[in-house]
Order: sequence, then structure tokens, then C-alpha cells
Amino acid sequence: MSALGAAALAAALLTSIYTVVSALIGARTGDRRWVDSSRRAYYAVFGLLLVAVVALESAFLRSDFSLELVAGNSSTTTPTLYKATAMWGSQAGSLLLWAFVLSIAGSAVLYATRNRLRELAPWATAVMAGVATFFIGLMMAGTIFPSAETYPFAALAAAQVPLEGAGLNPLLRHPAMAIHPPMLYSGYVFFTVPFAFAIAALITRRVDASWIRSTRRFALIAWVFLSLGLALGARWSYSELGWGGYWAWDPVENAALLPWLTGTAFIHSIMVQERRGMLRVWNVSLIVVTFALSLLGTFLVRSGVLQSIHAFGESKVGPPLLVLIATVLIGSTLLIISRLDDLRSERRIDSLLSRESMFLLNNLLFIGLAVIVFWGTFFPLISEAFTGQESSLAAPWYNRYTTPVAIGLLFLAGVGPLVAWRRVDPAGLRRAFAVPLSVAAGAGVLLVAFADGLAEPFALALFVAGAFTLAAVGQELWRGTAARRALSGGSPLSAFTALITRNRRRYGGYIVHIGIALLLIGVAASSSFQTSRDLRLEPGDSGTVGDYSVTYVRPTSEIDPVEQKIAFGAIIDVRRDGEQVALLSPSREYFASSAADPSAPLRGFFEGEATSEVGRKEGAARDIWTAVQPDLSSFDPVIDRGDALFARLAKRVDPADEAAAGFIAAQQGQAIRSLADRYLNETPPAEIRFNVNPFVIWIWIGGIVAMLGALFALWPGAEARRRRVSDVYAAKLARELQRT
Amino acid sequence: MEVLIAIAILALVAAFVSVPLRRSASSDGAQQAAADAALAALEARKQAKYREIRDTELDRAQGKLSEADFQRQYAELRAEAIAILKQIDAQGPALAPREPATDREGEREPGRGSV
Repeated sequence: MSALGAAALAAALLTSIYTVVSALIGARTGDRRWVDSSRRAYYAVFGLLLVAVVALESAFLRSDFSLELVAGNSSTTTPTLYKATAMWGSQAGSLLLWAFVLSIAGSAVLYATRNRLRELAPWATAVMAGVATFFIGLMMAGTIFPSAETYPFAALAAAQVPLEGAGLNPLLRHPAMAIHPPMLYSGYVFFTVPFAFAIAALITRRVDASWIRSTRRFALIAWVFLSLGLALGARWSYSELGWGGYWAWDPVENAALLPWLTGTAFIHSIMVQERRGMLRVWNVSLIVVTFALSLLGTFLVRSGVLQSIHAFGESKVGPPLLVLIATVLIGSTLLIISRLDDLRSERRIDSLLSRESMFLLNNLLFIGLAVIVFWGTFFPLISEAFTGQESSLAAPWYNRYTTPVAIGLLFLAGVGPLVAWRRVDPAGLRRAFAVPLSVAAGAGVLLVAFADGLAEPFALALFVAGAFTLAAVGQELWRGTAARRALSGGSPLSAFTALITRNRRRYGGYIVHIGIALLLIGVAASSSFQTSRDLRLEPGDSGTVGDYSVTYVRPTSEIDPVEQKIAFGAIIDVRRDGEQVALLSPSREYFASSAADPSAPLRGFFEGEATSEVGRKEGAARDIWTAVQPDLSSFDPVIDRGDALFARLAKRVDPADEAAAGFIAAQQGQAIRSLADRYLNETPPAEIRFNVNPFVIWIWIGGIVAMLGALFALWPGAEARRRRVSDVYAAKLARELQRT
Repeated sequence: MEVLIAIAILALVAAFVSVPLRRSASSDGAQQAAADAALAALEARKQAKYREIRDTELDRAQGKLSEADFQRQYAELRAEAIAILKQIDAQGPALAPREPATDREGEREPGRGSV
């Protein structure tokens, strides 16, 4: 099976090279036979990469340790879910995933445009196949340079095949982590489609909105994947990392946020080009930047140039990725400059009070936000280049500069739906803004009067902007439904349903705005009004945090021999005014390190990876959140004595003596159990982080609402479904004519 | 072993991708496909224009546009939609299937739209 996967990958490289060449021949000569052949070749690349992925997954599921990748990232004891997802825990597997998702996205768009965009499609095929060739080539380069560790089917010599694999990095053993990487990668990869068609439009000088109409859905799909990836990453951070938050402005988090910001700007600005024929240079520039930032995201997680919690991904593929990014930026910039005459706008903005003006303003704010995040992310490199000392920027710096921009964007999310294209009638403006402004003002007054809103002015502004946006979108839905009823009659529900389903793009977008407003309200509340305190408690001790009494009731311990894990935890009783509000059981999990000294098996547990299992009670108004960090320093003498004993024992026995090795393993298991018993009987003190995080649940709800809105917007409407039937009929007719 | 499998796979791929290269260079089918593509592009433009018309009607129904602004914008959009429909009709004889007549919103009276 592995041989089949390796052969399929090699064939995929040759086929993708052929795709580039045949697409270019077809594009230059206009010979449809070459164009059709290149499209088929692209489909073949998808098929071949599918075979490679299935072969690799099969090797993981079978624990085939003859493959270096499987031996290094899985084990016989790894749960099946994580065996299946271990592929993208490694670099070579991630590269295969990148190329595979690109082959899916590319095949989908080539199938969708098989009867359209005849001039653009071959050039776009060449660009997409070129990117695929780069990533498949990177993998195959691992056969020549094994130390690069990019080849997923690298085999170990028979004598080196271990009986047991190293297992998956414990940090990645979380359901959110199982799907977070492929979601982010899919987000990055799907932006390749609009990028490829933008380049094709520039090359062919067909820079009208046709390339946008055909690829808008792919940009939206990319946005949904990226949003989901970001949300899952935040959720994982909140429940697994034990620091108490969901967003740390980590470089790799930022790297995923950057294309999300520019991609969101792109999704808004292409509407202006579709509708008014404006912002052509801006749109092609935005998608080039978004694609380059997507590559940068891959580069950052794989290069290790910046310190990150994602440091497990460090490798040697950084330089080639950097070359690709430079090629994309320089090549695209030169192409845009050479087409400036063709990219001139058809029209000008009629009025500053128009929807296109609001989109332009929103774009400037999104780009401003992206510039701030970019600067903060790369500041360590910049400071090192100029001062020789690496210094990084922390969360307060990001918060200081991003919050005002986020307030402006949230406010615009409400203004946009209220104004019409081209110009707004002053009377209409008053009518549109009266209710949302009143609601926003009312929310502001209530927050100042009852929640000491002035103490946190930025949070207050975010709440007010959020209230304005929710009211504005609510009013749009209300008035739209009323207008629909006035024209067509029917019940309010049927009018509402008809309104939004007939205008999916418009109302899907508004639903996204509702989600973003809820999300930012959650962010403002949880970051500005969080109550947090670190307590050092022993069993029976209590502490006070705000209005809450926190008691360490008793310790807990658990050994998981399958995952080679030992967990030390605590039962925490949380009360308010004497009433129990939560009984939580956070724990700290220690994983046996495969890299640890084999003669010190006990120490190996506490020097390897450790993760936090957060104790949490979620609610609509607040989350009660706890993490525990036992102080195990009192265990050190015991661990050292135990390890010294095992070292002496290991010297006395013959390594080839299986009975003796089994005896030692049994003794080690007994020693670990003794440690767990000691934790329960002679419990050391523990650092307990106790947070009350208001409104966090609204971050997750807002994210889900936003993604549902985007899915609603990209779902084909009745017109598209009718057109597809027509396309099928036309294609059938063409085939009939060809036969006769 | 891997080399043999790769050669076998490549032979299959070559057979699959070379199908279009084995057909004659200029066939009626190719011309028909070109006409299809042109019509599909026009259909996409038509749908986009219809969407604009619906948006404008919705903005007017919600009181965002004055009557004068609406009439001016509607007239422009209507003219653009009719131009696209004429282009579709010009392409039409090349293809059999036609869209239902009820879909031609550009030819409706202003304000009688279905928001």
C-alpha cells in the first residue's frame, strides 16, 4: 500500500508538471484540445493525491512503523481518531494535505468553469498546477534530501523499524486539534482559486467582473474554513493550554488571522467591482496579498523563525516557501503594473454616503488592522535586524492598536446595510439611522449607569457599536419583511423566508454581521471584565476571588497506560454567597517523553509534554474557569531515588532478555502507581488559576452564527440551480451535435 | 516495485489526459462549446444584473432611496439588463434551451418587483 502511495505521489508530480505545460500551450494557441487535456490532467492530479493520502492514512491506521512518518508521529496505543489525524501533525503530512486540498479546490473550480471563462481557465489552471507542482516537488525533494523530512513515504531500513512508535505530540491530542489544522490549511488553499483567476484575468486583460463571479464562492469557502480553523484554535487554547484565554496573539495565530483580515476585505470589495466596475486594481492586489499571506501562514508554522506555541512544526522548508512568496509578490506586482490601463475603474463614487464608500472605508480599516497585526508579528525579526536583540510585542500592545480599529469595523458592519448603493436620500438616512442609533445610545446609557462602563471606555465603545449593528441588521430584516409583505402578502414568517432566500448574498452577509457583533461583544466583555487570580492552596484550603469562594476539596489522580499519561488534579468547590455555583475538576496531564533518558523512566514523565485539562462551567453570562498546576518539587527526591534504582537494575540485566525487560517494565508501572498514590496521600500544594470570564460563550455562538451566515450566502440560489440545469442541457446538446 | 507501479499509473494517466488530444482540431463540438461559454458568461451577467435590480427595489421599498434616485438607477439597470438580454438573444440560435420568460425582470414595470 505504501509503495502504491509513493508511486502515486511521484506520478502526481509528473502529471502536475504536464498540467502546467499543456495549460500554457492551450492558453497560448487557443487549441481547446490542450486546454481540455490540461483540465483532465488536473483531475488526475487530484486522483493521484487521493491515492497517496489513502495510502498514508492506511499506514497510520495499521501502525506501519516501516514508514518514518508513522514511527515518528503515532504509536500502537494512539487512539484511532488521532492515528487518522496524525498525518497533519507532521511536516511531510501537512505538505501532502496542502497539495491534496489544492487539488480538490482546483478540480472543483475547473469543473464549474468547464463551459465558461474559456480564455481565463487555462491560465488559471497553469497557476494552480504550478502551485501544486511546488508543493508536490517539495515533498519529492525529500527523496534527494532526506534530512529535510518532506517525503511522506520515507521508509526505515528493516533493522531500524521500531516495535513501537513515538506517538503523537500530546498537545495535538484534542478533538479541536484533530480538525483545526486541515480547516486552516483549507482556508489558505481555497484562496489559491481566486488568486489564480485574478492572475489569469490580468494576463488576458479580461479584468471585468467575470473572474470574480466565478470564484467568489471559493473566496467565501476559504473564509469559512479559515474562520472555523481560527475558532477551533481559540477553543483549543481556552480549554487545553491552561493560561486562561482564547487568543494570545501568538505569531502562528496571527499568521492565520492575516489572510482572514485581507480575505474579508476582499469579499466586501469585490461587490463594488461587480456592482459598479470600480476597485479593480485594489481587488487584484487584495487577492494577491491574501494568497501571499496564506503562504506566509504556512511558512510561519513550518519555518520556526518566530517563537510560538506551534514550535512543534519547525522544519527546513522555510527557505523554499519564502522563495515562492517572493515570486508571487514580485510577479503579481509587475503584472498589475503592466495592466494599469486595463484596470482603470468604469465609474467613480457618486456620494460619500453610499454603500460603496462604506465598503471602501471598511477595506481601509481591515487593511489597517492587518498592518498592525503584521507589524506586531514580525517585530521580533525587525528588532533583531536593527538592534541585534530580539524583542516581541505582547497582548497589551496589540489590544491598544487593534481595539479602536475593531470598534470602527463593528460600527461599519451596522452602517453598511443601512445605506443604499450610489447615494442615500437625507430623509432616508434619518429614517434608517434613527432606531439603531437610539438602541446604541440606550445601551451606552445602561452600561454607564449599571455596569460602570466608563471604567473601560474601549469595551463600552465596542458594546455600543455592537448594539448599533445588531439593531441595524434587525431593522433591515424587519423592514425587508414588511416590504415583502406589502408587495406579495402572506404571513410574516413566509415573507421573511422568501425575503432572505431570494436575496441570499445580501441577508447571508447580514447574518455574518450579527455573528461578528456577538463575537466582538464577547471579546470585549471577557477581556475587560474578567476576574482572575492565582491561588496556592492545599486540600481543605479556601481562597476568595471577587464574589467567589474557592475551596480545594481533594486531589485526584489517574493513570492512562494506553496514552502513557499520568494526571494529577483537584476537585474545586466554587461558591457565591454560600451557594454552590460549580464543582470543577481541573487536572494537569503529564506524558511519558519518548526522548527522555531511558535510564530515568520516572523523570521522563515530568520532563516531557504536559497539558492542562481545564475545569469549566459555561453559562450565558459567565464562564467559571479553573486550571491547576501541582507543585511537584516535593516529589523530586522520590523520583530521583526511583530512577537511580531503575538505572542500577538496567545495568544488571541483559537487554535481549525479554523476561527481565518485562520485569523492569512491571516495576516501572508499579513505581508510577506509587507516585499517583503518594499524590493522593501526601498531596503537595497546587497553583490554582481561577477566572470568571463574562460572555465568553458569545464568542463561540457569534462564530457559529457568522459561519452559518456565510454558508447561507454561498449556497446556490434558485437562479443558479436553474442555470445548472440549463448548463447540463447545453452540454448534452453539444455532445449530441459532436456525434452527428 | 514502486517504479513499476508508477509506470503503470502514468500509463493510465496518459490514456486519460490524451483523450482530447486524439480528437480532430476543429469540430462543430468545439464551436458549440465556445458558444456555450459565451452564453454562460452572458447568463452570469444577466443574473448579476437581476440581483442588482432586486437590491435597488428592496432599497426603495425600505425607504433608502428617494423616488427620483430610484427611477434614475432603475432606468440605467433596466437598460443594461435589456442590453444583456439582446446579446443573449443574438447568441440564442446557437443553442436550444431558453430561460423561462417569467425570469425577465428587466422588462417589468418599475416598482412591481418581487423583493
